[in-house]
Amino acid sequence: MSTETLEKSQEEEVVKTPSEGLLSKRRKRLMSDPLNEDNPITVQVLGICSALAITIKMEPTLIMSIAVIFVIVFANLIISLIRNLIPNRVRIIVQLAVIATLVTLVSEVLKAYNYEMYKVLGAFVGLIITNCIVMGRLEAFAMGNKPYDSILDGIGSGFGYAWIILTVAFFRELFGSGSFFDFHVFAALGWENFPTNGLMVDSIGAFMVLGILIWVQRSKTGYVEH
Amino acid sequence: MQQSNGYIILFTAIMTVVVGGVLSFTSQVLAPAQKKSIELDTKSQILSSVMDREKLGKMTPEEVLSMYDKRITSLVVDINGQSVETDEDGEPVVAEKVDILKNYKKEPEERLYPVFKYMSADNPEKVDAYILPLYGAGLWDKIWGFVALDSDLITIAGASFAHKAETPGLGARIATPQIQQRYVGKKIYDGDELVSVMMVKGEGNPNLSEHQVDGMSGATITGKGLNNMLANYLNYYQSYFKKLKNETTASL
Repeated sequence: MSTETLEKSQEEEVVKTPSEGLLSKRRKRLMSDPLNEDNPITVQVLGICSALAITIKMEPTLIMSIAVIFVIVFANLIISLIRNLIPNRVRIIVQLAVIATLVTLVSEVLKAYNYEMYKVLGAFVGLIITNCIVMGRLEAFAMGNKPYDSILDGIGSGFGYAWIILTVAFFRELFGSGSFFDFHVFAALGWENFPTNGLMVDSIGAFMVLGILIWVQRSKTGYVEH
Repeated sequence: MQQSNGYIILFTAIMTVVVGGVLSFTSQVLAPAQKKSIELDTKSQILSSVMDREKLGKMTPEEVLSMYDKRITSLVVDINGQSVETDEDGEPVVAEKVDILKNYKKEPEERLYPVFKYMSADNPEKVDAYILPLYGAGLWDKIWGFVALDSDLITIAGASFAHKAETPGLGARIATPQIQQRYVGKKIYDGDELVSVMMVKGEGNPNLSEHQVDGMSGATITGKGLNNMLANYLNYYQSYFKKLKNETTASL
């Protein structure tokens, strides 16, 4: 008797829970958290090396952002799809293999269709493989969540990375080269001899911009490291 | 079951095959497009040593390629200035396909030296400039480029340099028109002696001779690499220059 009632009540419960909306509150948070409160660069302080290396100009930074978003979304999806098949002892190797494959794809496509950018970004696209953000998301999220949620998480983290490096690149290109997407802003405004700042072209400039960015963000969110 | 060694081996084996298959398929599919990009890149670099870069940058890939076909004729010479038609296997040698890096690893006597002749727009028989490839070592990694000599074989008509990993803002400036422009009009011969053109130390040097260009501050070693690269390669082509000069004197 007792088991029957238990089964019955469980059935009722299943019927009662409506399926989760495509963009429910929880899912929206998956995407919005990494943009600000849980940003991979400024809060988790991951992926700093590429944030410094490729942010001299806007264009390579944009390409890099697209590449990282592509890799992180699809790596999250693939790992999440096969998460129950992956043997636990070799899971890191499997994650690496998936990331490395996707990164190689990106690099090959760049080489074929945008050789200029391939020359500029070359080594750094390859280094997405070791970008801690991607592996971190696979290990921390995709291994334990459903595919759709994993895609959303990937989009969130990817864009969280993208907007930070694009902001850094904006200031570095503006003050380092006096331009925006190679368009000479100051010259166009009639300021021909804009004194460009050599420090901004160097990685030190990236550290400074990033530092200021983190400062501004943390004073707004009130985030404190423990 | 999932933790057994057999399962792990099976899983990784399948994964390897799938990943390898995907990658080799992509590589096959994209190979023609990649070859074309690299060809376009080489050809625009060759042209950029004699052409206005802004103009070149605005041209479509097709325009660059047709411009190249129209204006550039190429040949390959050896260290003695003799033209080389076939390689060891009897295959015809194409100047554009000569891998400078591979040749750099051989002894100078055994290398192949491509020459790209920039023909005059009005008279397809007349050479406007001789474009020579260069290859050497910068501070961190390889540097390379092209130098164009006027038809007198003494004056530099233009230069384009590229690098793999020189410091941004310092050594990497060799890839900018600002630095390359400094070579235009400089002379590589002092009388009969090949002296090349040397980049001096420091920036903003007054009273530079016609064999010197202003340096890049903070990038002395890249500058030295550039000097060596230019001097070495001009030296390798000396016999070819002599042969050309004799031909012109003979025809006069």
